[in-house]
Amino acid sequence: MNGTLAAAAGSFEIPTLEYSALAPILIVLGAAVVGVLIESFVAQAMRRNAQLVVTFAALVGAFVAVVLARGTQQIVALGSVAIDGPTLFMQGSILVLAAMAALVMAERQVDPAGDSFAPRASALPGSEDEQAFTRLGWLQTEVWPLFLFSVGGMLLFPASTDLLTMFVALEVLSLPLYIMAGLARRRRLLSQEAALKYFMLGAFSSAFFLYGTALLYGFAGTVSLSGIADALTKSADNMGLVLGGLGLLSVGLLFKISAAPFHQWTPDVYQGSPTSVTGFMAACTKVAAFGALLRVMYVAFGGIRWDWRPMMYVIAALTMIVGTIFALTQTDIKRLLAYSSIAQAGFMLVGVIATNQAGLEGTMVYLLAYGVATIGAFAIVTLVRDASGEATHLSQWAGLGKRSPVVASAFALFLLAFAGIPLTSGFTAKFAVFTAGISGGAAPVVVIGVVASAVAAFFYVRVIVVMFFNEPSADSGPSVVVPSAFTTLAITVAVAITVVIGVLPQVIFNLASQAGLFVR
Amino acid sequence: MSSFSGAVTLAVDAPVAVTASGTFSLIWLLIGLPLIGAVILLVGGRRTNAFGHWLGVLASAASFVVAAVLFFAMLAQPLDGRTQRQHLFDWISVGTFKVPADLRLDQLSMTFVLLITGVGTLIHLYSVGYMSHDRDRRKFFGYLNLFVASMLLLVLADNYLLLYVGWEGVGLASYLLIGFWYFKETAAVASKKAFIVNRVGDVGLSLAVMLMFVTFGSVTFDGVLARASQASESQLTWIGLALLLAACGKSAQFPLQSWLLDAMAGPTPVSALIHAATMVTAGVYLIVRSNAIFDAAPTAQTAVIVIGAITLLMGAVIGCAKDDIKKALAGSTMSQIGYMVLAAGLGPVGYAFAIFHLVVHGFFKADMFLGAGSVMHGMNDQVNMRRYGALRTVMVATWLTFGAGYLAIMGIPPFAGFFSKDNIIEAAFSRGILVGLVTVVGAGVTAFYMSRLFVMTFHSTKRWTEDVHPHESPMIMVVPIAILALLSAIGGLVLNWNNAIVSWLEPVTGFQEPELAVSKLGMEGISLVVVLAGAALGWMLYDRRPVPEMAPAGNLLTRAARADLYGDAVNEAVFMRPGQYLTRWLVWFDNRVVDGAVNGVAATIGGLSGRARRLQTGFTRSYALSMLGGAALVAIALVLVRL
Repeated sequence: MNGTLAAAAGSFEIPTLEYSALAPILIVLGAAVVGVLIESFVAQAMRRNAQLVVTFAALVGAFVAVVLARGTQQIVALGSVAIDGPTLFMQGSILVLAAMAALVMAERQVDPAGDSFAPRASALPGSEDEQAFTRLGWLQTEVWPLFLFSVGGMLLFPASTDLLTMFVALEVLSLPLYIMAGLARRRRLLSQEAALKYFMLGAFSSAFFLYGTALLYGFAGTVSLSGIADALTKSADNMGLVLGGLGLLSVGLLFKISAAPFHQWTPDVYQGSPTSVTGFMAACTKVAAFGALLRVMYVAFGGIRWDWRPMMYVIAALTMIVGTIFALTQTDIKRLLAYSSIAQAGFMLVGVIATNQAGLEGTMVYLLAYGVATIGAFAIVTLVRDASGEATHLSQWAGLGKRSPVVASAFALFLLAFAGIPLTSGFTAKFAVFTAGISGGAAPVVVIGVVASAVAAFFYVRVIVVMFFNEPSADSGPSVVVPSAFTTLAITVAVAITVVIGVLPQVIFNLASQAGLFVR
Repeated sequence: MSSFSGAVTLAVDAPVAVTASGTFSLIWLLIGLPLIGAVILLVGGRRTNAFGHWLGVLASAASFVVAAVLFFAMLAQPLDGRTQRQHLFDWISVGTFKVPADLRLDQLSMTFVLLITGVGTLIHLYSVGYMSHDRDRRKFFGYLNLFVASMLLLVLADNYLLLYVGWEGVGLASYLLIGFWYFKETAAVASKKAFIVNRVGDVGLSLAVMLMFVTFGSVTFDGVLARASQASESQLTWIGLALLLAACGKSAQFPLQSWLLDAMAGPTPVSALIHAATMVTAGVYLIVRSNAIFDAAPTAQTAVIVIGAITLLMGAVIGCAKDDIKKALAGSTMSQIGYMVLAAGLGPVGYAFAIFHLVVHGFFKADMFLGAGSVMHGMNDQVNMRRYGALRTVMVATWLTFGAGYLAIMGIPPFAGFFSKDNIIEAAFSRGILVGLVTVVGAGVTAFYMSRLFVMTFHSTKRWTEDVHPHESPMIMVVPIAILALLSAIGGLVLNWNNAIVSWLEPVTGFQEPELAVSKLGMEGISLVVVLAGAALGWMLYDRRPVPEMAPAGNLLTRAARADLYGDAVNEAVFMRPGQYLTRWLVWFDNRVVDGAVNGVAATIGGLSGRARRLQTGFTRSYALSMLGGAALVAIALVLVRL
């Protein structure tokens, strides 16, 4: 290689890209571009079907590419993307979860007016245009390319080995989500409010991330994670820059996983967004963001973990406590699930704090278990409806177990998984991160976690009690709509995975332990 | 203390488990049969209504038959071949962390299996009659089967993680069965309370399991108990205390006792099976099973004794003041389990006696609960003993069978309780005079409140309300009670013959003869005198004098005991109020969810739109401010570490 000579001569060397290793990301992003073209060139009537075919083909194709790439341990794309065990495990998880979320998003049988998205997001809520679009039965199809772009960003986020690539991935995954949050067909003001709020706070957190990157560059002279780790072993000067950079970077990442005190957008956005999008957001974003957080903390700052672990102790404890306590008073099922997801993020942080192999495996398993149950739970929320749309107030769920025992039992299973009851995925996952936490020397946080999960069991069980032990309200109230094969399949898969991880955790732990460690 | 330190050396090495083959390959069927029953009944739905209850009985009875076969097969084995292990499948195997799904059948679990399936089958049979008018009878039997399967998993598990699965399973079944009549407000509240209090205990168990894993790198019985001596005493003390917390939750020991009295809102067969004979003794099982840990952690052992002693007296005092027959019996259950826990805390001197008392308590307490159910059956489901009286004339069979349980719990020779309780009293005196006195005083108070209960129900004068026509229960209810009464009468004598149960359990629990200052006969004499005095007082106060139909105001202690010795008040002050204040404060702090009502159901759609309006007033800035605060928090935390 005569790289320096060539550079001096001002010529340009064509970079080599490892297409097979990058295939999952490329397939999804390519399909998103195809989706945009479909919007422009395919007739209105055909668009939905075309988009669905492209979306599912892309997700399946990308998943196959992930499976084919198993065992890869290399840094590709000119040192900016790492395709290693953890990356592939998380990409696989994201793709499975995204496919399940897409099934729920594709549902058009539960809402008599069509699917769950506003026909034209540009029409003013309540305007005559809006009514006209609804009357015409137009359907929102632009959501599919947005969805794929977001998934593409999520696939790149945990794989990025330098902070700039990571930042680009962060924006690619976030921007489409901001729009998707505002697309709800019903309660549109709430939805648009959520979108704007998510956007503004998201932009705020991106600024933190970027500023942190700048400070770290100032210290290490590089934005690559392994470069920062090397610089830390060489010099202890300018620790102010490192700590400042690390702190600001963490804020950007902790915002995405909705850790307290950066969580406040979560309930509002989860409540306002179309429920199928909420499931996608809650499950897939969390996997991607935890993947990135783990990589940053383990690869770049593993050497100075004694500096950041106390900070993470505080954040994890706060997140568990805040999520649990606020969930206790919620009366809206979507807000309750939002606070529950905050508490779950706290439990997962225990695995990050552990900074050992077991912590990495445990967190990855936890992410998958949590994501599956979350998508299942939100999918069921879309089914409980009255005339004005989804019936999300807890009192409207009274007696659901009597009227629709199957749906209510599935929901109860997901709640028990969140609560960490044995023989569900949640127990396996909690056990894994908590034992990793203790052996990583984080016993106090684990004690807080165990207590918080005991308290959390209360509000999960409260919902079960409402469904099974309370009499339905006098007026006939909401009913469970029979969904099409799309949602049914998503819920069935979610139930199956939740039970399998609980009863036969072997399978998933084998996968996670084969994933090994991050490549540097 | 000298006797105690001697005990440690006497504790036997954990026996090596033999891989189950031949007859012993049936072990999984013990759990499988009731589990299949539960699945058929719960999944089958209304189609199984017609025969569901008989299927439930059959599943439980078949499991008992398998248990009996295994018992005789075990007797035929030499001593070192009695610990059988059946490998089901590899549950978790990640790196060094291996948890096989194994079942372990040894003398200790065999004893429990026989008790659970035997008493369980009798109670299933009784329930056929007791629940005959209930429209959800099939579901009831499904839950009962589920309970039996979970309880068997709990006692047969070969590692603490699988035990935890059973532990949660019995909790779930108990929760479902307490709330079975969910339309009764008390039942719904009680089931929730039982669940929450048990979660506190579960925190203990999950911490114990994790500590074991971190300390020993294993959670199997062999991996933990055989290597207990390698861990430091402080590690073992923490594990022991965590296990004790778990035991307190499940076995309703102080300070987690409050749920058991409320749990009596469930159907009476449930109270007999779960909240008297089997599930509530799981804590005792846990401690006895973990004997190697407690033997090497004297501080934890002392804590066990203290908890047992406190609960023993508390339960007895509560039993004296309750007018509700089931709650009086529940107080008594607390107290008797206190005896067992105390005995288990004594180390090898007491383990076998704790299990002995546990078994005979299963007989006589189930007998009396079913008797109480029979009385309620004849009295239109009334539970107030002040409106009973003179029932011996109309319910002869119930009176006689209850009488057997009554004599057994007091410890009148040759009834069962005499042997088991006397053993515990002797072991307690060998530990110290104070511990011994507590057990003797407890025996006296037990005699008093049981006499009170027995007299108010079956003797004294009629105080019936006008609309009741008491009558004897049908045969299907009387026969199970009669069998239990027979066991209460002779069970202790049989099990104590030639120290049968002690030498049976010794390979698992170890044993050491208690050292007594007085002769054994003298001890027995003293405790018998105390018991007779308590009983005489009970008969004098409640048989000679008329029982008022309304409870008199009573003195301070009576009032306190009626209020469960303020167990709930303490819970409220220690857990609930601070929790509520914390919640309220946080909610106020958050300023978004203004309606902080915990279970507020008023605002539905209106509330939603109201919330939507509030969202639109632009709180984004305050969120951003809190993020900034959070960033400051992160910065401070990072800098503080460096300083």
